Amino acid sequence: MNLKMGMTQITPELIREHGLTDGEYARIMKLLGRDANLVELGVFSVMWSEHCSYKSTRAHLKKLPTEAPWVIQGPGENAGVIDIGDGDACIFKMESHNHPSFIEPYQGAATGVGGIMRDVFTMGARPIAMMNALRFGEPDHPKTRHLVSGVVSGIGGYGNCMGVPTVGGEVNFHRSYNGNILVNAMCVGLARTDKIFLSAAKGAGNPVVYVGSKTGRDGIHGATMASAEFDDASEEKRPTVQVGDPFTEKLLLEACLELMATDAIIAIQDMGAAGLTSSSAEMADKGGSGIELDLDKVPQREDDMTAYDMLLSESQERMLAVLKPGREAQARRIFEKWELDFAVIGVTTDTSRFVVKHKGQVVADIPVTALSDEAPVYERPFAYPAPAAGALPAYDRKKPVLASLEKILATPDMASRRWVWEQYDNSVMADTVQRPGGDAAVVRVHGTKKALAITTDVSPRYCQADPKEGGKQAVAEAWRNLTAVGALPLAVTDNLNYGNPQKPHIMGQIVAGIDGIGEACRALDFPVIGGNCSLYNETNGEGILPTPAIGGVGLLKDATKMATVAFKRTSDVVILIGETRGHLGQSIYLREIESREEGAAPPVDLAIEKKNGDFVRGLIASGRVDTVHDLSDGGLLVALAEMAMAGGIGASVGQAEIASAIAFWFGEDQARYLIAAPFAEAEKIVAEARAALIFVAELGKTGGDAITIDDKDSVSLARLKKTHEAWFPRFMAGEEIPLAN
Amino acid sequence: MKSAVIVFPASNCDRDAATALEQMTGKKAHMVWHQDNALPDVDLVVLPGGFSYGDYLRCGAMANQSKIMGAIKAHAAKGGAVLGICNGFQVLTESGLLPGALMRNAGLKFVCKPVTMSVEETQSAFTRKYDKGQTVTFPVAHGEGNYYADDETLNRLEGEGRVMFRYQDNPNGSARNIAGILNEKRNVMGLMPHPERVVDEALGGSDGRALFQGLIEALS
Repeated sequence: MNLKMGMTQITPELIREHGLTDGEYARIMKLLGRDANLVELGVFSVMWSEHCSYKSTRAHLKKLPTEAPWVIQGPGENAGVIDIGDGDACIFKMESHNHPSFIEPYQGAATGVGGIMRDVFTMGARPIAMMNALRFGEPDHPKTRHLVSGVVSGIGGYGNCMGVPTVGGEVNFHRSYNGNILVNAMCVGLARTDKIFLSAAKGAGNPVVYVGSKTGRDGIHGATMASAEFDDASEEKRPTVQVGDPFTEKLLLEACLELMATDAIIAIQDMGAAGLTSSSAEMADKGGSGIELDLDKVPQREDDMTAYDMLLSESQERMLAVLKPGREAQARRIFEKWELDFAVIGVTTDTSRFVVKHKGQVVADIPVTALSDEAPVYERPFAYPAPAAGALPAYDRKKPVLASLEKILATPDMASRRWVWEQYDNSVMADTVQRPGGDAAVVRVHGTKKALAITTDVSPRYCQADPKEGGKQAVAEAWRNLTAVGALPLAVTDNLNYGNPQKPHIMGQIVAGIDGIGEACRALDFPVIGGNCSLYNETNGEGILPTPAIGGVGLLKDATKMATVAFKRTSDVVILIGETRGHLGQSIYLREIESREEGAAPPVDLAIEKKNGDFVRGLIASGRVDTVHDLSDGGLLVALAEMAMAGGIGASVGQAEIASAIAFWFGEDQARYLIAAPFAEAEKIVAEARAALIFVAELGKTGGDAITIDDKDSVSLARLKKTHEAWFPRFMAGEEIPLAN
Repeated sequence: MKSAVIVFPASNCDRDAATALEQMTGKKAHMVWHQDNALPDVDLVVLPGGFSYGDYLRCGAMANQSKIMGAIKAHAAKGGAVLGICNGFQVLTESGLLPGALMRNAGLKFVCKPVTMSVEETQSAFTRKYDKGQTVTFPVAHGEGNYYADDETLNRLEGEGRVMFRYQDNPNGSARNIAGILNEKRNVMGLMPHPERVVDEALGGSDGRALFQGLIEALS
């Protein structure tokens, strides 16, 4: 066999430049039975990267619960699939695009959105909603404003052009993200349960077709970059950030859905990280077949591209499909109608080998399993973290409550995100029945009365204090947010963002986080059906706060029975569900008012979460309650203020249960909701809660144009709203030096 | 009323327009591909919102070169009704069926939010079911909705009663707060806000219904 480019000497420097260790290269030689050539080294470097192989986390991810009667497809495909009844399936996934977004925020975020959309529509779904979870450095860091501006316009620029509503997400600031922001994008799509497309290229002799954009030199080694720490020279990696074209993706979406309406496809997969290499190798691996590609047939955007360039390019808006033999002409007509490239570039084989030809020579010949099952899996040493001390942190008990509320509502993490959402088209597709700003977004299943509720959640400061309890809390909060709009939570996608797994304390955070997520998902019947790990989120050796973002999806059988956070009537009784102990450890109050990030994360009792949540959901589903808000960041009083501001109706409330006013109003105890209901209904609800042994308290009544506590202190909604809305636009306009975290 | 919705590459409110039309008229709209030469027999042609040709060159400029535009111009010349929403409005100004141009928003950012407008004129099939001076709320979702025309054109539009909707709180810097305009023959209207997204109370309003009701009444 003549392996072209075999002339390049594989030196230790070359191995390291490819992000591989000497041990890993020795394993490659053993699998090949010879030295690799440069093309093959490139192929191994991407397929064995952390990003593609999950080599540090695979052993632990296995512990997550992934099954339930309604799960059609768990982890391992492009996205997970659940059954939502009536022959409808919901397909969704969340994925990170952290490193590219730090280097080039607009394109990094835009292509993150484009990539996750392809993961969903490659399975046969039409995307119907986008969400995101964004973390930036402290507001007064010199890069933050530029990054926020670029990421937000990149997300909007791509999603808006695709005509898929971006219905919400999280935006938070913390100094640990100064050198390493997080951009996690989630896409939710709809398909029919009998029209789901997988990536297993079963059978030999079937044509492999390439559709979409031409291949250029952009994004070469993106997957390898995503698997390394950052340093101050990282901006030199700008050329490895891909450039997105949502126009082409919109055409690709419509063309793929048109082709999927036929029965021509055996397997299909998008070309994401590691492009042509990973899509073809993974399809062959899952189908138990081999694959042979002829790179001369690949549509190319630039002259003189080498095999190495083409195999590692991460040019966007491309798909690879395996068709039934003889269906090429039918498929070609569809792609030509949409003015997209279409080329037959290879064939499936029965050799179980990944073979690539270029200019008449074989340039790579690798056993398929060497790129998948034989990829290294590491049981990395880890130090299981001890939770931060549980002692109640000391604080000034005399600080006036309402002044603190006003201050908290105007802090970077708690201020209104209107500046962000208004750049996202959240109402295109005309099915968005709950827009950004509530507990979860709600999007109707087109043409039915069903709807999907969607949320993304994690509280990194809890995860830092206690990685396991923080993992539990992220899942519980997603479950609670879906419950608070009236949806039955069905499944999650997880996006695990951590630092360098080769450091035992970071690996400990990962293992504990997965333990916590698994425990909560099991207890709440909330299986993990897909996700993504983003490791090496460090700059100059400083890791980010552990940030396992949870994307949750739930189902409302009847979208007319839905709750929102806004107060709707005066004289409604404000009812607190769930026990308040006044947990101030790691609270927003302690951080923003006392400038201390201390204490234990709030404990999560999953049995109580389930009991309280099921009770609240039942009230909404039976049409008895339409006003609900879950209690999370900032605690009870912040939630109450949000309900009042959203509805333009104030409330007068009094303290219940515990002695310390500050701990009562701002504690972040879990498993709690505020609901508002007319008097007669409220009396029944309180009685039923008591009978079910659920903590319940009547706090007061809605009405007026102020928040009043204990009949004496008062702050007007107009004043709260003004300060709450002002921070983000003023920060982005550079008008004031914002508060540091 | 029989209607058609034009589908350009990367139109993305075509389904929304068709859904609203079906909901209001009880009849399915014809979806017409931009490469077609002819329109079906219809009373109303809708140019929907979206990013036709990715907004490359200028918003609406490439779509204006599509084959179907000849048939749309002929339909308009015969007095047939044409409604351009958002990107459809941009295509209409590019084609010369409506005067002026839509530039980048004054705030330089995409803006999606409900906007309140006053109905300025009711002498048209599009606005006859509204009251003059009535305020209505439709969502906007665009990056280039900043209406511009020279003073002479603006004065003429105002003088001839062809400014149909005016923003109360201008979201994009449009000249004289103009949100929607009519052609001279009063059968072609373009507007940036989306009436098709407010025909269903569950989506946050129903102020768009009267626009379609007016068309049904005038064209059936």
